[in-house]
Amino acid sequence: MSTIQSSSGEAPPGVPAGGTESYLDLRRSAEFGELRRGFRRFVFPMTALFLAWYFAYVLLAAFAHGFMSHKVGGNINVGLLFGLGQFLSTFVITAVYVRWADRRLDPAASALRARFEGTQGEGTPVGGETR
Amino acid sequence: MTSTLDSGTVLAADTVGRPAVNISIFALFVVVTLAIVIRFSRNNRTATEFYAGGRAFSGRQNGIAISGDYLSAASFLGIAGAIALQGYDGFLYSIGFLVAWLVALLLVAELLRNTGRYTMADVLSFRLRQGPVRTAAAISTLTVSLFYLLAQMTGAGGLVNLLLGVKGTAWQNLTIAVVGVLMIVYVLVGGMKGTTWVQIIKAVLLVIGAALMTFWVLGKAGFNLSSVLGDAAAASPKGDAVLDPGVKYGATTTTKIDFVSLAMALVLGTAGLPHVLMRFYTVPNALQARRSVAWAIGIIGCFYLFTLVLGYGAMYLVGADKINAAPGKVNSAAPLLAFELGGTLLLGIIAAVAFATILAVVAGLTITASAFFVHDVYNSVLKKGTAAPDQEVRVARITAIVIGLVAIVGGILAKDQNVAFLVALAFAVTASANLPTILYSLFWKRFNTRGALWSIYGGLISAIVLIVFSPVVSGKADSASVIKDSSVDFHWFPLDNPGIVTIPLAFFLGWLGTVTSRERVDEAKYAEMEVRSLTGAGAERAEVPPPRTEQDVLPEPV
Repeated sequence: MSTIQSSSGEAPPGVPAGGTESYLDLRRSAEFGELRRGFRRFVFPMTALFLAWYFAYVLLAAFAHGFMSHKVGGNINVGLLFGLGQFLSTFVITAVYVRWADRRLDPAASALRARFEGTQGEGTPVGGETR
Repeated sequence: MTSTLDSGTVLAADTVGRPAVNISIFALFVVVTLAIVIRFSRNNRTATEFYAGGRAFSGRQNGIAISGDYLSAASFLGIAGAIALQGYDGFLYSIGFLVAWLVALLLVAELLRNTGRYTMADVLSFRLRQGPVRTAAAISTLTVSLFYLLAQMTGAGGLVNLLLGVKGTAWQNLTIAVVGVLMIVYVLVGGMKGTTWVQIIKAVLLVIGAALMTFWVLGKAGFNLSSVLGDAAAASPKGDAVLDPGVKYGATTTTKIDFVSLAMALVLGTAGLPHVLMRFYTVPNALQARRSVAWAIGIIGCFYLFTLVLGYGAMYLVGADKINAAPGKVNSAAPLLAFELGGTLLLGIIAAVAFATILAVVAGLTITASAFFVHDVYNSVLKKGTAAPDQEVRVARITAIVIGLVAIVGGILAKDQNVAFLVALAFAVTASANLPTILYSLFWKRFNTRGALWSIYGGLISAIVLIVFSPVVSGKADSASVIKDSSVDFHWFPLDNPGIVTIPLAFFLGWLGTVTSRERVDEAKYAEMEVRSLTGAGAERAEVPPPRTEQDVLPEPV
């Protein structure tokens, strides 16, 4: 796409140009690029993973009855284990994501927001409090 | 009661338990929740108060409320019943309903919270042309909400026979009207705050009730799941097949593809459900939106694990014959199981919970639909954003009354119809019309107005057209279609669920519309949206300080 508005001065990435940093400047900054890359690098593969696992399960349940009804022990069969496996994987992915986002995503996002809102001069206190 | 088992007709005229008990417990629920609604909603003058509860709910509160909104009668009564009659295939629904939340967690909830104000259309119209996009989003949302509402209201009418012991059309109509009026009152008095509290209370009751019954069933079987399954299979007329997939969907290749199609709509539809999306705006920030979904996943997941045990438990403790003979058929499995386990009192509690469920879901849908109408159509399109906040809220209240009345009349007219398909249709429509545009506008810079319109209208229209010409509406044997006369048959689409066609179609149309349009990307708007969505810079704040601070580390729900 077109890279317009390179007129805002070739300030080094991350340094507010002329006191007020616009959304465009912030978006072009190295820190924001890193935040977005990190976010996408986590959520896109994770989404691909759980969708692949879910549809594999759905297709097995629809077309591989023999395999799914194989008894593993007592009346527990492969289908039930795979179904419970979907619950387990959903819980695990949720926990992993929440942990990752709390530790990695939030500090980076808060720092960028504090910087942005500081330079915008909205008069919002940003020190530590992240509403 | 059990002596009439052999003749289904006699049983059908009977009721289970004592209606007086059921009604009293339900009345108690209504009184308590109304008191809470009045107590907590002194302040509903601003639009943010009315639609978003002042954005003051914590992630945990909102997560519980999301579960309350999501665990409709279809999932509580419907899934337990489906497992009781069809075994494993009923379980498949719950997996789709649960896994779907990962889409909301990873891709939608936080970004949406940071970007929008009240509705999903805020996000879509952020950098696209407001008028047409908001109108399209509002049309698809109102359609989905009305389908869903109608299904819930009709479900309420059907349950009445079994639970309250009322017989005859007049009483059924009256019950539907009472549910409708109560819902209007909750929404008018309580706004989003009141509605949220109703959902929180209902979710807590529902989960406690289901947990109690689950441990009761398991306890009877010596906490041995394998023995529950064995007893269930032994009691079922279908035998061991109920433990395997395929009883319902395994007959032919067409039914198997139909199942895959349904699974697709379930997993992609949830993150586009308007009443779910709207709940993300009731929390102060993205972090609490994340907490909300995590709590919701924990609660909903546990609940569906309970229904697995309840369904198989009902299979042998109640039995397929008795379920099929009861009024309300498949939906009666859970209430009948409650009666079998705990007698009149437990049945009364479960019946009240079932009604509370319908009430809470219906109230959530009503406030969503009125918010969409007023915020997106009335204020943004008709008034060009000039409506004063109190004027907006006033119109929202009037809209809620109108929607409530439509739901009452629709519910009464459709009460004898087989409308269970409306829920599946709602999921197919949201997966086709809402999710593609949400994902495109959040993640694809080039996405533009034409792409959004083609995707929304294409998804909406194709889903409805395919349903109309599917076996759901005409052509099934045994009066299983909406048009019961099997000589009227105009279906040409072979599947009950259109998702497998309409979801890829909507994604394709969104792409095609975008690349054929010459609309230029608004760089500044896109930058603002992307920065806002990821960092929360400039996002809508809470009107009042959130009840918990950011640093308050909530226990992880899973």
